Amino acid sequence: MTTSVNAKRRPKGRLTGPRNPFLVHLVLIAVSVVMVFPLFWLVSTALKGNAQAMKVPPVWIPHPMLFSNFPRAFTYESKQLGYIPFLVYGRNTLIIATLVVSGTVVSNSLVAYAFARLNWPGRNVLFAATLATMMIPFPVLMVPTFILFQRLHWIGTFRPLWVPAWFGSAFNIFLLRQFFMTIPQELSEAARIDGCNEWTIFREVIIPLAKPALAVVALFTFMGVWNDFLGPLIYLTNQNTFTLSLGLQNYSSQNGGTEFGLLMAASTIVIAPIIVLFFFTQKLFIQGIAVTGLKG
Amino acid sequence: MRNRRRTTLTALAFASPWFLGFCIFMVYPLVASIYFSFCDYSVLRPAIWIGAGNYIHLIHDNIFWTALINTAVYTAIALPVGLIVALGLAMLLNMKVKGMAFYRTLFFIPSLVPLVALAVLMQFIFNGQYGILNVILRDLFPFVHSQSFPPNWLGDPAFSKLVLVFISAWGAGNAMVIYLAGLQDVPVQLYEAADLDGAGFWAKTRNVTLPMISPVILFNLVMGIIGTLQVFTVPYVISPTGSPERSIYFYAMYLYDNAFIYHQMGYACAMGWILFVIIMILTLLSFRLSERHVHYGS
Repeated sequence: MTTSVNAKRRPKGRLTGPRNPFLVHLVLIAVSVVMVFPLFWLVSTALKGNAQAMKVPPVWIPHPMLFSNFPRAFTYESKQLGYIPFLVYGRNTLIIATLVVSGTVVSNSLVAYAFARLNWPGRNVLFAATLATMMIPFPVLMVPTFILFQRLHWIGTFRPLWVPAWFGSAFNIFLLRQFFMTIPQELSEAARIDGCNEWTIFREVIIPLAKPALAVVALFTFMGVWNDFLGPLIYLTNQNTFTLSLGLQNYSSQNGGTEFGLLMAASTIVIAPIIVLFFFTQKLFIQGIAVTGLKG
Repeated sequence: MRNRRRTTLTALAFASPWFLGFCIFMVYPLVASIYFSFCDYSVLRPAIWIGAGNYIHLIHDNIFWTALINTAVYTAIALPVGLIVALGLAMLLNMKVKGMAFYRTLFFIPSLVPLVALAVLMQFIFNGQYGILNVILRDLFPFVHSQSFPPNWLGDPAFSKLVLVFISAWGAGNAMVIYLAGLQDVPVQLYEAADLDGAGFWAKTRNVTLPMISPVILFNLVMGIIGTLQVFTVPYVISPTGSPERSIYFYAMYLYDNAFIYHQMGYACAMGWILFVIIMILTLLSFRLSERHVHYGS
């Protein structure tokens, strides 16, 4: 999907300055308050004991600030559930994320190379079929996939969550193919004349040039794993294998109404790494969304 | 000729992960899912063919209709609200005033919040008794003495869906960024020409901005349809049973319960296919309707 052809010919720009910049700032600030307030309240509550968290009128800036909610959330003991180890959840999430991200980058770059840079019979048909699979909602595939993993005795392990990542996925194949196609064909030709085989061209020419696209894929995949709830909910059965998202839901549903400071501290532990990651990768992030959106 | 065969073999080697993935994680589940949808299948016992039994049963299943109608109502509100909010925010962020980079970051941050944490946080803010929102509302309107003010939000079936609409609009940053990229591609000359013609803000929005970004609107609409009809995580975290009064019990939640709580795998598959058909119809309908309204440039 591209916008007008005209768009390519003229300097890109925005609307001319508004007639009343003061009014615009006022609206921007009002919206900013709505956007930021829930997160401010999250952190504020995370630093409160129970008495302060429930106080009316509300305490905006906690006094005293109670940092102990954080170490407690990492090693919480609950009556109903026993030990609620957010540190273990975090470790589990990172293990799964590492396996999924590496699998996604490796498998999809290989497959995308075949679709973008090599000529073979059946390529276009299979690519069309690949794109079509993006339309299929997960609930349709959910049950047979679960049964498959059950037959393999993989339920309760991390494997259902990361093994499929090593077999490629339509969206990432599409994204990387589009990027690989923008790399000049002459580079491959020159390498072939120098006697390089396709594997060498892939490794020495394409991959180094495709680093920004691979970074986008890695970043979004990581976010996806961190955010994923349904997958862990279906496949993980034991407390000690839970991910952060699943652990937080479990904790909240069992103890949600008891200690808000602790619950918000646990939520902060789930949210903060993603926001920190965003600040370090902001440019890549925004480009990634814009590109996937406009070319999708 | 030999060379060509070698290229083909090389290509197949490169694409081999996907051949396997496509067959194991796409084709097999699809075929199995169609088959199971015509079976009585509860994992513990082998699948028994019952023809259209699941589908007929679904038509007479009240909870199925509740979940479907809830999902339809939620989609009918959340989808347009989300599209309009995201577009409005993007247009706001496209204005030429100082400090815009800062505002852009602020507006985007909510969409980063992982869904489970988002649900937990919003549940806390919207809590009827001690939630901060109602504390503020009571302070702002001390003169309102009504049983129904401030509302009990997630505890009141009349408001629970609206809270979910707010939550999804609050995290609409992805669609917003996609709109913003589209807005920045609109040629400045068009606005200048409109200015010469004496067009005001609304005229420019209607006649320049909207037609120029119509492909982006269509994209966000289709993605919105697919995502909203499958809504699961936020309502499930707020209440796995969709309370109060099943008002936030959605299609994907009933499907999940059938599959993994009641172990009616065949029934769940039939539900999956009905959802798939609904999504396909709405997507095709959007494309069909868009033919007249979407402008792809010259």
